[in-house]
Amino acid sequence: MRYLMTTYAGGSAPDEKMYAEMGAFVAELSKSGALLATGGLEPQGTHASSTGGRVTFTDGPYVEAKELIVSFALLDVHSKEEALELARRFWTIAGDGEGDIRQVFGPEDAS
Amino acid sequence: MAQSEVSRAVEAVWRLESARIIGGLARILRDVDLAEEMAQEALLAALEQWPRDGVPPNPGAWLTVIAKRRAVDRLRRLERLERKQQELVADLHDMQRALDDDAALDEREINDDVLRLMFVCCHLALSVDARVSLTLRLLGGLTTREIARAYLLPEATVAQRIVRAKRTLAARRVAFELPPTGERAERLASVLECLYLVFNEGYAATSGEDWTRPDLCFEALRLGRILAELAPQDAEVHGLVALMELQASRLRARVGTDGEPIGILEQDRSRWDRLLIARGFAALLRAGQCPPGPPGPYVLQAAIAACHARARLPEDTDWSQIVDLYTALTAVTASPVVRLNRAVAVAMASGPAEGLALVDELLSENSLSSYHALPSVRADLLAKLGRHAEARAEFERAAALTGNAKERAILLDRAAQQDDAHGA
Repeated sequence: MRYLMTTYAGGSAPDEKMYAEMGAFVAELSKSGALLATGGLEPQGTHASSTGGRVTFTDGPYVEAKELIVSFALLDVHSKEEALELARRFWTIAGDGEGDIRQVFGPEDAS
Repeated sequence: MAQSEVSRAVEAVWRLESARIIGGLARILRDVDLAEEMAQEALLAALEQWPRDGVPPNPGAWLTVIAKRRAVDRLRRLERLERKQQELVADLHDMQRALDDDAALDEREINDDVLRLMFVCCHLALSVDARVSLTLRLLGGLTTREIARAYLLPEATVAQRIVRAKRTLAARRVAFELPPTGERAERLASVLECLYLVFNEGYAATSGEDWTRPDLCFEALRLGRILAELAPQDAEVHGLVALMELQASRLRARVGTDGEPIGILEQDRSRWDRLLIARGFAALLRAGQCPPGPPGPYVLQAAIAACHARARLPEDTDWSQIVDLYTALTAVTASPVVRLNRAVAVAMASGPAEGLALVDELLSENSLSSYHALPSVRADLLAKLGRHAEARAEFERAAALTGNAKERAILLDRAAQQDDAHGA
């Protein structure tokens, strides 16, 4: 099962210790295969909107700062509980902040 | 937190941590059975305390500490009973010191514990069934019931296997250590075989309920990835991981909506999992960076799987490279099944007549006499050559041999089509 873990802007400011611990955590998860992909996101980006066949793009910001997703991790785990356990470890290292963990559905979940 | 929620959290922590906890305890206690028992006691303590006190900030470390405390209690009790045996008492003191010192362990030592545990679970003194059960239980963190469900066996049978396996390990005084250099290759091959057996058990079947069989693939893959970090110098380890990643990438494409199997050339390739394919290629590259030597069976099979993964369309498949890889594979495995697969590749590369000639060479192989794929492949090639009457008989023979109902229906269907083709 795949889960997308996202974090919002406005959490604890990272320091050197956090970088080191997070680096080790990411390395461990990548090796075990639990972490398929991860990355940080540019703060603003471009907003796309499609109405009646017309697609328009506008430069950000387009959401409240507290809802701005700044990083993501795509997890491959056996259960929701495992995803939550990994998220617990992530936040223990990351400090204060907020984010979401949501299951990613694939073609096999469509029917 | 509700009781059920906590017990699911405990289960998740257990699956992530049990191999490290049991491995560490086994090194100190020099007894895999006792190590597992202590770890299980810690698990029970967690189920009791976490609903009341909440899940601790570092649940894995919590379980380790409790398991060690239980181990010390057990050792003290043993010490009282065995006071007269001086040697044993000295031993126990050593173990207690080791338990106290354990907090200072670095990552590499913990990794070695897990690797030792893999070697012990796949020890050559054990039957293959016992190796599989012990590996899933001690390294995968699965319960006996989950293993039984995955293998469609009574729970008591699996429990028996595990008890007997532990007894064998104790009776043979199997040490909790890495195998000596001279035995390493053979022992590692046994670990790889065990993981691939687990994977294939999940790959061949498609039905199940809670703990479905694709989960067995996932479990084998997880353990393989862990092994690749513990034994990074062995090309075959990366070869096996690559093979499993690439085969798993096709899991959801190889079964139709009615549960019928779909062959690789008929699969909807847009349903292949690109992330797993990328991981498979990466693992194959790592195999290539290992100390040089002739490629082993897993690396070769992974290279074949990679040829398929690379082809966006079935007609893009590089069949002549696949033939070369199968030629190399027949040299290292001498398996008639591999020769049959090679014949299929030759038929794709050079035409059905060349393929059929190779298949016919296999007709005298006793080990293939009840293998449905032989008449099935033969029937397919005969049909392509327009020899429909013979093709029909072979499809029927294949249908009679297969144990899978879905596959039987497809084969009988193809047998019937031969009449139409014949009449036309």
